[in-house]
Amino acid sequence: MATRQTQSLARLMRAPAIILLLIWMVVPLGMTLYYSFLNYNLLNPAVTSWAGWFNYQYFVTDPAFMAAIVNTLVLVLGVLAITVIGGIAIALLIDKPIWGQGIVRILIISPFFVMPPVAALIWKNMIMHPSYGVFADIARFLGLQPVDWFAQYPLTSIVIIVAWQWLPFATLILLTALQSLDGEQMEAAEMDGAGSVSRFIHLTLPHMARAITVVILIQTIFLLGIYAEILVTTNGGPGNASTNLTYLIYRAARLNFDIGGAAAGGIIAVILANLVAIFLMRAVGKNLD
Amino acid sequence: MARASSTRSKIGYTIAAWAVALTLFFPILYTIITSLKTEQEAISGFSLIPSFTWSSFEAVQTQNDYWKPFTNSVILAVGSTILALIVAIPAAWAMAFSPTKHTKNILMWMLSTKMMPAVAVLVPIYLIFLRTGLMDTRIGLTVMLMLINLPIVVWMLYTYFREIPGEILEAARMDGAGLRDEILYVLTPMAIPGIASTMLLNVILAWNEAFWTIQLTTTNAAPLSAFIASFSSPQGLFWAKLSAASVMAIAPILIMGWFSQKQLVRGLTFGAVK
Amino acid sequence: MGRITLENVTKRFGDVEVIPPLNLDIDDGEFVVFVGPSGCGKSTLLRLIAGLEDTSGGRILIDGQDATETPPAKRGLAMVFQSYALYPHMSVRKNIAFPMRMASVPQDEQDRRIEAAAKALNLTDYLDRKPGQLSGGQRQRVAIGRAIVREPSAFLFDEPLSNLDAALRVGMRLEISELHNRLKTTMVYVTHDQVEAMTMADKIVVLRAGHIEQVGSPMELYRAPKNLFVAGFIGSPKMNLLSGPAAAEYGAETIGIRPEHIGVSATTGTWQGRVGVSEHLGSDTFFYVEGTGLAETITVRAGGDIDLHHGDTVFLTPDTAQMHRFDAAGDRIAAPI
Repeated sequence: MATRQTQSLARLMRAPAIILLLIWMVVPLGMTLYYSFLNYNLLNPAVTSWAGWFNYQYFVTDPAFMAAIVNTLVLVLGVLAITVIGGIAIALLIDKPIWGQGIVRILIISPFFVMPPVAALIWKNMIMHPSYGVFADIARFLGLQPVDWFAQYPLTSIVIIVAWQWLPFATLILLTALQSLDGEQMEAAEMDGAGSVSRFIHLTLPHMARAITVVILIQTIFLLGIYAEILVTTNGGPGNASTNLTYLIYRAARLNFDIGGAAAGGIIAVILANLVAIFLMRAVGKNLD
Repeated sequence: MARASSTRSKIGYTIAAWAVALTLFFPILYTIITSLKTEQEAISGFSLIPSFTWSSFEAVQTQNDYWKPFTNSVILAVGSTILALIVAIPAAWAMAFSPTKHTKNILMWMLSTKMMPAVAVLVPIYLIFLRTGLMDTRIGLTVMLMLINLPIVVWMLYTYFREIPGEILEAARMDGAGLRDEILYVLTPMAIPGIASTMLLNVILAWNEAFWTIQLTTTNAAPLSAFIASFSSPQGLFWAKLSAASVMAIAPILIMGWFSQKQLVRGLTFGAVK
Repeated sequence: MGRITLENVTKRFGDVEVIPPLNLDIDDGEFVVFVGPSGCGKSTLLRLIAGLEDTSGGRILIDGQDATETPPAKRGLAMVFQSYALYPHMSVRKNIAFPMRMASVPQDEQDRRIEAAAKALNLTDYLDRKPGQLSGGQRQRVAIGRAIVREPSAFLFDEPLSNLDAALRVGMRLEISELHNRLKTTMVYVTHDQVEAMTMADKIVVLRAGHIEQVGSPMELYRAPKNLFVAGFIGSPKMNLLSGPAAAEYGAETIGIRPEHIGVSATTGTWQGRVGVSEHLGSDTFFYVEGTGLAETITVRAGGDIDLHHGDTVFLTPDTAQMHRFDAAGDRIAAPI
């Protein structure tokens, strides 16, 4: 169908989106790269000078950096573990013939549509608050001392909140994959004498492998950027106990006004994200053909 | 016999599934319940039965000027979605129906822009917004939200458009339709379900965006996500009021979300899982 | 009018030449069938005529006018697609009306033509349905209706029957032939099914790898296939092609004898063999004879009432007057035996 006329028209139609995204990608990233080599603080903008690798050195050797990297990893891996395992279990459960499947699906998917600040506030005040939260009510009911979640287990608390937000996403995608499983294949395996466990291991899991990969990779992209949940609940504290890389950079830029340092941190974040992205692109790219 | 046992297992699965569903939904449910309590009730221990008062909703609307962030949210979400569609529809159309050998690479590259961590460009965007006076303006934030969601919009539309058989467009051409007629009478009506789904998902994503909205607004252009985040400060802590504000912030999108489960999967996995 | 001339038309996809320079004349009112195995370029050729693909070289003339650069919408041709390509969001009536709407035909004239087409195609009761509510055969008729109302100078059919089941296919074949008899408009029809080609065509164009192997009336192709490819392609069941000593006997590299041109006897004949599988169709019986000493299994067509069973010994005698001889290059040896 590709005639010469449509081709030149197609070029014209593609152009705005491509140009916009190109600008969106090149200009800010270029600026970040440039700033990352400057001594530039908004509190003292007049004194701006070339810094070389100083910002990188400073950012990386800051003890908060290592803490942030560890926290980021704990956050990402913790949430991934909960959502993937929980997602598979829940997907298998609601794929069974049950009454009210539609409503169950709606209830399960709902947390995903709660905007991050609201999710964080709900958990902070309604559920995990040391005196008025539901967890505290339960603890008192059991005769236990209520836990001050955000003071005692700040990172765990954030992992729980974020996992609650993303568990529906994992479930929904894994359920979609599960439902596309060929029923005849299952029946053939049953005829061949495969039990339900071996059917799960040899048919269901390999079938879902792709969806699981996609869930892991896409969630990783979003989980690396967790911000509002931390801002609303712990502000990264106590100390740096719940500061992730995103939050650390935000703090450098907006609270310390250290443009150069924040930019260097940003470039480091880009590099980390790209490592993940490469894998994601491969997984998604296969689907294009 | 087999029937009896399958009914029994269905009962078992149903109970388990509902237990999981209600547990996951509980924080939302409890927020809704609390929003209908008085402030006194809200902090006096666990209770699932509120006194069904609307006073918190009224208080949020009057004391905190709820409608301003709400209006901002609507304008930002809808505005950025429409802008994104204006740019993305022609691009996705071209890539789906007139692909070149670069199309795949272009799509992958677009996807890669989505993977750039927002915080990496916080500094330049923040400075640009400061210096150009875009800070705390709806127009600036609308453009931002459009840009961050543009790759998803192009991708979603592309996957929908690709499902329209090329032969139908060729048939239109054979039937004497020019390009304008082809787009107007054949492509658009067939693409509308896909465009609608894309729109729905993008509104949800834009509505829930909470990084840039918090970074780039203070009061004037602050949408609900930024407004609610400000409740974390101590003076905002009134349980029932907080719940009412939360319910109002999430209710529209929750309902939209329920209708877009399928599209959500497709959109957020860039068509990798359908 | 609908005279289509292809002059040195070439098509390349990248470095691959799918149609080497090709010349063809399609006369006004002719029913021309492009036939060939899949991948032979027949659909590409049709799409070049339609304007849905650009030519890489050469000219396409429609009624003497150079139409090589004319967009498909302006060529005045109508096309029926393999997938029917109906507009799913429009009713049958709107589907049929669409080309007229594009051509700004007055409303009353549109209605008149729709009624006429619907009546001719048995669609009157379905005009307000959507394509999704129709059967395959009905959809095909809507696609044809949509083509008819344009009153095109030529119809192009791209394997229109291949998605229909066998019984419907025969019915639609007749309908399309009748349509051609009634309208007397040029039709160019692409198929891989030689039965469709034989039954419908005024002129068959046999294609292989973008080349025209032979052009002629169905009977010309049947009686005098120009080469082995055409010989093997036209006719059902396929012509027996024998090589080796059996062919050398007739001074050829390969000889071809159609199953219907072989005499069967229980007592005497040229070749003796055993009956393998036999297929009883009622009116005819096809049986496959092995063990004749020839390398090939021989297919024979006999009457429906012949009484032969698996393992029976038979004697076969080819009708030499109907025998085809081919040289080492696979080309027909024209001289009679």
